[in-house]
Amino acid sequence: MAAVSGLVRRPLQQVTVRDAINQGMDEELERDEKVFLLGEEVAQYDGAYKVSRGLWKKYGDKRIIDTPISEMGFAGIAVGAAMAGLRPICEFMTFNFSMQAIDQVINSAAKTYYMSGGLQPVPIVFRGPNGASAGVAAQHSQCFASWYGHCPGLKVVSPWSSEDAKGLIKSAVRDNNPVVMLENELMYGVPFEFPAEAQSKDFLIPIGKAKIERQGTHITVVSHSRPVGHCMEAATVLSKEGIECEVINMRTIRPMDIETIEASVMKTNHLITVEGGWPQFGVGAEICARIMEGISEKLVLEYSQAVINIVYLNTYWIRRLKPAFSPRSCVQFPGCSRCSCHWC
Amino acid sequence: MITKYNLLFVTSPLSASRVLVASRNFANDATFEIKKCDLHRLEEGPPVTTVLTREDGLKYYRMMQTVRRMELKADQLYKQKIIRGFCHLCDGQEACCVGLEAGINPTDHLITAYRAHGFTFTRGLSVREILAELTGRKGGCAKGKGGSMHMYAKNFYGGNGIVGAQVPLGAGIALACKYNGKDEVCLTLYGDGAANQGQIFEAYNMAALWKLPCIFICENNRYGMGTSVERAAASTDYYKRGDFIPGLRVDGMDILCVREATRFAAAYCRSGKGPILMELQTYRYHGHSMSDPGVSYRTREEIQEVRSKSDPIMLLKDRMVNNNLASVEELKEIDVEVRKEIEDAAQFATADPEPPLEELGYHIYSSDPPFEVRGANQWIKFKSVS
Repeated sequence: MAAVSGLVRRPLQQVTVRDAINQGMDEELERDEKVFLLGEEVAQYDGAYKVSRGLWKKYGDKRIIDTPISEMGFAGIAVGAAMAGLRPICEFMTFNFSMQAIDQVINSAAKTYYMSGGLQPVPIVFRGPNGASAGVAAQHSQCFASWYGHCPGLKVVSPWSSEDAKGLIKSAVRDNNPVVMLENELMYGVPFEFPAEAQSKDFLIPIGKAKIERQGTHITVVSHSRPVGHCMEAATVLSKEGIECEVINMRTIRPMDIETIEASVMKTNHLITVEGGWPQFGVGAEICARIMEGISEKLVLEYSQAVINIVYLNTYWIRRLKPAFSPRSCVQFPGCSRCSCHWC
Repeated sequence: MITKYNLLFVTSPLSASRVLVASRNFANDATFEIKKCDLHRLEEGPPVTTVLTREDGLKYYRMMQTVRRMELKADQLYKQKIIRGFCHLCDGQEACCVGLEAGINPTDHLITAYRAHGFTFTRGLSVREILAELTGRKGGCAKGKGGSMHMYAKNFYGGNGIVGAQVPLGAGIALACKYNGKDEVCLTLYGDGAANQGQIFEAYNMAALWKLPCIFICENNRYGMGTSVERAAASTDYYKRGDFIPGLRVDGMDILCVREATRFAAAYCRSGKGPILMELQTYRYHGHSMSDPGVSYRTREEIQEVRSKSDPIMLLKDRMVNNNLASVEELKEIDVEVRKEIEDAAQFATADPEPPLEELGYHIYSSDPPFEVRGANQWIKFKSVS
């Protein structure tokens, strides 16, 4: 991991998530003429959240396209362009607005390869901020991980760190399938250490593989996107009390890497899922269901601890999370149980 | 001058009659007057006369007859429950699909909605592949996994089930045409019912803004399912609905009118002026789909009237025969050949096996290594191959 002079100014480069996505898109735009970016304010405004800063100046009107406020229309245009052989990156200003275009994402993009019997691929990326932000109210705070994660034919990724963001956007652009990348607005400005390999123009993170951010032996904590950071903080707190959490960063929602989660749960016998979406029919619910199905074959006798699914309520959840993690408030039920912040 | 040898033709063997037909004095071509198109924001429209060569005439006749017979065969197979699910037939609208194809190049692009069998054929797939897809067999063009509404071919993007969604897709294909700089255009079709979808107006806006080479085509067959145009649209001048986009209203039952209008529209787009809109006034004989008898919202008399006065195949046939471009017998021969082709295709479509259950999970992702897909429960797994 020797620092390559000229590439880094400090021993380990600090890169924000925003810059990581920007770098990833820049590299892919440079690499392949067919890649282009379209969305509201992506060009002259430099991106509503400045994620596409500098790209329009570098690549011009043909490759970086400002659209009118017409989600259904421009998402459909992006899908059509992908069907005709281009490789669009379609930005939704937030995924809340993608709901207006969701028919194009699911029915026109996700299902087409299957319905055509393998004749018509749709190599498109839909990206943008997902989930809660800071006090933006209900219409602007929905997490779409489980909605998109439900659909076959789609790949859904959810980066946490800068490394995740860059590796996943590059993999998404190179993937010949429709990929939904759920970013997080509050993470854009957060700097992370960028390992040397992440600085390569061919740095890719495989879609469909989770990462164990922190090794542990007592409890498995699974999360995606911004909550991964909170899990890491909680793990540090618990470590002082002698509880070692294994924190898993899902990175991909679909296809889910359930094997990594299963292996961890078999080791620890405890599972908490943490996410920013609503509890019913959520990502955590799916993980619990799959663990219970898998466990019934592998760990029937050994597994009798509770599986706790923690969901954010858009409020001051860190205070909730700490007591929730402490063994004093850990509730034991036979089999699987899910509770969502009853102690709020 | 027509000289008459007809009796000899009917009784002589095929090869001999061909020789006799060939030696008969047909005209090479004929000039026809066609209806003037209504124009919106256009100074000039397509020409009002056109030349039809004998060769083209025979080709169009055969194609239209094939589409007609194929649709009627699909009707028959559906009633026998060999075709299931959705089946939207386009008999009556043959001049649209054949005429549009006649006005563009194979390198141009086309996308339409669910009444797509005719376009699937004119864009190059065989009747065999189409009927086998309708019957859901592995010899179908989508291996039996798409069905009536999801057939794809080179430069043909279906077959789309969601009303109106294909229009932004078409504008996107046009964007790719412009991006690639290859002088190709995209024909983006929708019906009179779909014309009221909001996303179509979003597509109009972006296509005009970015000057996309997109020909928006409204196939107005007067009824969106069971709702007549007067009951669905505040303005039934569909060719004007693009507002800032120039438009023309075309007689969709006359294949020559459709062809000329398409040539005009394609030239307009290729010149870089941006999108253009065409309204084809046409009619479907069948109901909306096979589950619709088609007479609760319109009268049998109306259907009969269109059939007897404006049938596109009859119009072409009359033109050709009356202008010495072909003989009645020759066209009848084409009918016989077409019937046989359809019959053979139907046989294949009925006898071909369904795709095997093991392949249920195939084609979920493109270009990926094989993986496992969960079946109806956690112990049933299907393999998925790209």
